[in-house]
This record gives sequence, C-alpha cells and structure tokens, in this order.
Amino acid sequence: MNLRALPLYITIAIFLAAYVICWLQFPAMLSTRVIGNLLTDNAYLGIVAVGMTLVILSGGIDLSVGAVIAFSGVFIAVLLRDTGLHPLVVFALLLALTTAFGAAMGFLIDRLAMPAFIVTLAGMFLARGAAYLLSIESVPIQHPFYQSLQSAYWLMPGKGRLTLIGVLMLATFALGIVIAHKTRFGASVMALGGGEATARLMGVRQGRTTVLVYAFSGAMAGLSGIVFSVYTGSGYSLATVGTELTAIAAVVIGGTLLTGGSGYMFGTLVGVLTMGLIQTYIVFDGTLSSWWTKIVIGLLLLLFILLQKGLLRLTQSRLAAAP
Amino acid sequence: MLLSIRSLTKVFPGTRALDGVDFDLRAGEVHALLGENGAGKSTLIKCLTGAYQRSEGTISLDGVEIAPRSTVEAQDLGIGTVYQEVNLLPNLTVAQNLLFGREPRRLGLIDARALRREAREMLARYRLDINVDRDLGSYSVAIQQIVAIARAVELSGKVLILDEPTASLDAREVEMVFDAVRSLRDKGLGIVFVSHFLDQVFEISDRITVLRNGRYVTTAETATLDRVRLIEHMLGRTLADDVLHSPPPDRGPRPAMLSFKGYGRKGVIEPFDMTIGQGEVLGLAGLLGSGRTETAEVMFGLRPAQTGEARDTSGPVSLGSPRAAIAQGFGFAPEDRKTDGIVADLSIRENIILGMQARRGWTRPIPRAEQNRLADDFIKRLDIRTSGREKRIGELSGGNQQKVVLARWLAMNPRFLILDEPTRGIDVGAHAEILRLIHELVGQGMSLLVISSELDELIAVSNRVIVLRDRAQVAELTGAEISGQAIMRAIATPGGTAAETMERAG
Repeated sequence: MNLRALPLYITIAIFLAAYVICWLQFPAMLSTRVIGNLLTDNAYLGIVAVGMTLVILSGGIDLSVGAVIAFSGVFIAVLLRDTGLHPLVVFALLLALTTAFGAAMGFLIDRLAMPAFIVTLAGMFLARGAAYLLSIESVPIQHPFYQSLQSAYWLMPGKGRLTLIGVLMLATFALGIVIAHKTRFGASVMALGGGEATARLMGVRQGRTTVLVYAFSGAMAGLSGIVFSVYTGSGYSLATVGTELTAIAAVVIGGTLLTGGSGYMFGTLVGVLTMGLIQTYIVFDGTLSSWWTKIVIGLLLLLFILLQKGLLRLTQSRLAAAP
Repeated sequence: MLLSIRSLTKVFPGTRALDGVDFDLRAGEVHALLGENGAGKSTLIKCLTGAYQRSEGTISLDGVEIAPRSTVEAQDLGIGTVYQEVNLLPNLTVAQNLLFGREPRRLGLIDARALRREAREMLARYRLDINVDRDLGSYSVAIQQIVAIARAVELSGKVLILDEPTASLDAREVEMVFDAVRSLRDKGLGIVFVSHFLDQVFEISDRITVLRNGRYVTTAETATLDRVRLIEHMLGRTLADDVLHSPPPDRGPRPAMLSFKGYGRKGVIEPFDMTIGQGEVLGLAGLLGSGRTETAEVMFGLRPAQTGEARDTSGPVSLGSPRAAIAQGFGFAPEDRKTDGIVADLSIRENIILGMQARRGWTRPIPRAEQNRLADDFIKRLDIRTSGREKRIGELSGGNQQKVVLARWLAMNPRFLILDEPTRGIDVGAHAEILRLIHELVGQGMSLLVISSELDELIAVSNRVIVLRDRAQVAELTGAEISGQAIMRAIATPGGTAAETMERAG
C-alpha cells in the first residue's frame, strides 16, 4: 500500500465511525434529510476548500478566501440593489474579478518570491476592506431569480432535499479531483509542493503554475461567495470571518500534508463533511454548547498533525531498514 | 566525437573557475572527470547543463555548437544529468517521476494505465521490477538513482552526466547503478562520470580526464594509467618556485604539546592516535573524501569525538564543542572560507574582533578604539590589501579574506591552530605570504595542523605528514621521509597497512 494514501483512509474511517456513533445515539441521523442538510449547510465551505486544497498541495496557503467570500456577497447584493443587471451577469463579473484577484496574488508570490502567507494576508485585508467600502450594513438580496435558486432542490427518497448548492459543491469536488489528480497541471502542482527547485529542474513552469493555482483558489472563493449569498439571501461585509482557517482545517483533516505535495481532493470533502457532522451532532444533542465543535475540530487537527509526523518517521525508518 | 569542448573558460568575479579547458566525449564511452575541490569539475558540468553560461570557448554536440541556457534546454539538446542528491520528487510515484511532463493522455486527462505501462517498460530496460505506483521516496537511494538515470536518458538520450551518483551508496548498490551505466554505454551513449572514489573510477571508466585549479591537466586511457601517476596529476605541482625553494623546515623532534588517543567518531573518522609537538606543523595529506577535514572537525569539537581522549601536558582536555576547543586555545580556519569562515557583510574590523568579542561575551563590548587598533595592527602585520578597515570583507580577494580569518584567530593568541586548505583559491603571491606566515607562527612556538591537497605546499611547511585514506590514517612520514613520491604511494596503495606503505615508500 502506498503510505501516502494512509491519511485518506484514516479520514474516511473516522468519518464513518463518527457517523455510526451518531446514528447509534440518534437513529434519525441516517436520514436523507440530515445528509441533504449536511451538503447544503457546508456547500460554501466545501467549494472554497477545493481551492484551498490545490493551494496547499502546491506548498502555499491562501488566507484571503474568507474575506473574498464576504466581498462577493456584498458585491452581488449591492449590484443587484443598485443596477438592473441580471444575477447571472453579476455572477460572471464577480467570478472574473475574484479570479483576477487570485491570479494577481499568485503573480506577486512568484515574481517577488514572497511567502504566500504574507501576500494573501494582504489580500485578505484588501478584500475585507473593499467589502466595507461597498456597504457596512447587511444588504438583503430580493431578486426573484435568487428565490428560484434558493428553492431549487431535488427531493430524495425519505424527503431529504438535495439542494442546488449542495449539488454544486459535489460538482466542484469532482472538478477538483480531475484537476488535481488527472491533469499535467495537477502533477505540476504536486511537484511544486514536493520541492520547487527540483520541480523546476524537471521542467515545471513555476510562474505559470503558481498564478493558475491562486487564480483557481480565487475563482473558488468567488463561487463560494455566490453560494453563500444564495444560502443566506444577503451580503454582509462581516460574514465568514475565519472561514479560510476552517477551510485549512478541513484540508488537513482530509489528509493533505500542510507543507504540500501530498494529499487527495476527495479527502477534503470527507474533512468538510466530518466537521459538518460534528456540528449536526451538537444540534441533535441540544444540550452541548456549539463551542464543542471547535474543540473537537481542534483535537482532530492535532491528531492529523501527529499522524503526518508519525507517517514521516515510518517512511524514513522503513527506508533505513530497506535492504 | 559526440561532445567536444574547446578552451572552455568561466570567469567569476575575482577567479577563473575554468581556464581554457578541453574535453572530448566519444559515443559509447564512460569518461571520468577527476580533480580535487576547486579543480573546476562542477563548473564544467554546470556549463554543459546550462546552469552557467560560459565566458569563452566552444561546446559542440555532434559537431554543432551549442549554448544551453537552462537544464531543460540542455535536456532537449540531448544532455541529461543525474546528481548526487537525487533530483526527483519523492512525493510523486515512480511512474509520475519517470514520465513527468510527458504523461500519456487520453481526452486531455492523464491515462493512468498507459502511464504505469510505459514506466514499467522504461525500468525493464534496467532490469528493475518495482511497483511503479509507490512513492519514489519509499525506495532506496540506489533505486531512486536508477530511476533518475532512466528519466535523464529518456529525455536526452545522447550524453549522460553522472555527478557523484554513488556518493551515498553501498558497494552492492554501486554495482546496481554501474550495471545500468554499462548497459547505456553499450547502447552508444556518451557518459561523463564524476566521482572522487578512485576505485570506482578505475572500475567503470574507459578514459580519465584530470582537471586542477580550473585547468586541463591530462586525458588518458584508464587501462594504461597508473594510480600513482593519476594522483600526481590530481595533486600536482602548483607552487611558485621561490616558496618551493624556501629553506625546508627544521624537522627534528619536538616536545609534545597535545596528544590524541583512540580519538574518533563513528561514520566520520576511524579512531586515530596523534601527537602534536610544540612549535610543529603537522601536515594532513589525502584525497578528497579521505577524512582530512573530518579529522579537523572532530579535533575542534564541531563533530565531537565519541571515543578516545585528548590530553595536553597538564592532563585531559575536553573538546566537546567548538566553544570548548576555543577555550582550550584552539583555532580553526575552515576549508569553505566563504560560508564557514567569513561573515561577508561585515567589515574587516568586525570580522577580526568576532572571535575575541565572542569570548568576552556580548555584554562587554571591546572599546571601539581598541577594535580599530587591533584591526589596523593586523592589516599591517599580515599585509591585508584593503582601502581601510571598514571595507566589507566580501569585497576582498580570496587571499586577503583568508588573512582576515587568520587575523581573527591570531588576535585570540591560540596555542593550536588548524588550517584547512589555507591557500585554496588564492593567487600565487598571497599563497607564498600565507606559507611564510605559517613559518613565522611556528617560529613563535605555535602548533599548527595544516590540511592541503597541494603536496608541494604540505612538504614545504610540514615537520611531519600524516596520510589519510578512506577515513583512516595509513601512514606517518617524518623528516627525510617526507616527499611527494612517498605521500602519493601511501595514498595509492590500496588496502595496505601503514607499515607496509612505509616500506614501499622507502
């Protein structure tokens, strides 16, 4: 077995085990309603985590995405309120904008050889500031098209609702899986995460790859912003503070190495669902404080970091023992 | 001729790393490139692989002049390289590494099955049957090295450069890699083999070219070349005549000042016994990788000894760290002056007082007037050529940098000073001055350990010479026994004990 895949299997095992525990205590947890809600409630997080996974695989980090989601919501709400543009046109404008924003950050990271941490931190403040600039207050969205988006769902057996945004998240993950694991671009991303100097020697176009990675993350953040605005029906500049960190947590719990070069897109989906599951459990229980979500996530993160270190040791000792 | 290099020159500010070097490579031969540190091997290779742009000269491949600007371009021209450190990605699978950038695709997506199949076929040519879906990092370095060779050959296919590919392999693994190299040679590739393991060079190569100090020395058929001659070519005669003809040092016995017994560290240097006399220069001779620098590092506590003990006239001394060694009055001017010796961004004055200040502790700064006096003093005494004491040391020539490093130690008045390759990369004039300085210091009663690849230099300064091979001492020469011939024979004799070597040398 490839040791690299071990964290993925462990993630899946933890998710299934957690689900079984939940189900034993609350049999209603295994209904399509809960599953449908799990997908709907975490759609925006899942989509942004797809972008984050690619960024982390490349050895980088993108701290701007939470702010970009908030900016997207305000941007959409204000444009729909003040202009007569159709939401689809606004979506296209927004996606172009956030993609370009991501690409610009990628360009700076590559050209200035700056740490991604600091460049995207600047991006975070910029995007959050731009959102405040558009509106400080929460702006409701009352376009008829939005109502049809919000009410679009497919009724699963058992009366669970598979919403449009839930499906959109799954589709995004499918796209992410193809990009990360089935294209030469994905291979270049993994190579960069494994070692920049070596990747260059092997013929990776570092500049192009870096720009594309952050552009993709920007696009995903924009898409996540659209989904979030559909989910909440408004745009608010103070929304989704810290979402970038939640996304990073989901990626790591999903078994991706935080230093890059190793991981699976599918693991991130499981990571997002695991975090959603904990939240659902707390809602079902009713007596637990919602802060328990954070505590469990913290413990899970710790577990995975230890796991990754342990794996590294294991690989090295195995190598040393190899004849 | 497959590859033909004519009067290749590469100039870096202050040094000529390569000076009019010629090199030919036939199709279907393994051509070894030999030389000590600073001989220009790696510069030559970097000019070939596009990592450096040459200053002068021509490189032609198949009769066409080439000037690669990057490793990728060199690869496209047909020149592939495998380095000592495997330059592949351990986090990708073997198959991904082999075919990176050329993955078979179907409908724009990577075809995993075809990828696996092609990778297996590539490795089958090297009789390597491994699971290509596992991460490269989970295999031994030897297998990674063969994967790297397979990839380089696949991409380039004319010239394969192997830069110390066996440095971290054991004997069986070396054989594995050599099998792969031989089969490629038989297929008509031209292979450049760089290594400082002479046994391996003699085993695998058809011809040998020796470089020294950036210059071409000789090319010979391996079969007709004798080892002593080869070592002579590598270590050769480079000193100016006046230094050579300076009066030979007094080689009489000295009162012992320091003695090491069974001193060693596993995997670094075999336990050795060594006595250093008062006012004596002890020379350490041997080829690259023979353990000269390692001996010095163990003595100075950089890599603390695990066995044995060190004593001076008053009893045991502890040398567990460079700090402890300095407290014992030791000094060490390291081989790699640029990274380990100087602090390039500090001034000459700051570099000189560094050691003294460290000993006083940072809470008691040396008064500025005192610093100036010390710096000016040493600039005059050691004849450091500079416009002033505040000049950045990085802007000085190599010889003057070395003098500053010496000044730093002399300011602390050590009783035992280790000089590792004190004259590397230094022009002839400064070279002679440093040797004269060594004579002067010894005259004042200081004891020195001098490591040098240049035999004439060692002979000119040493009272005694210890010869190292394969990380162990193999001979000790004193007085009239010290000669280039004797040292070279001690180095070249494979597997002999010190006594036997001495006999043959005598």
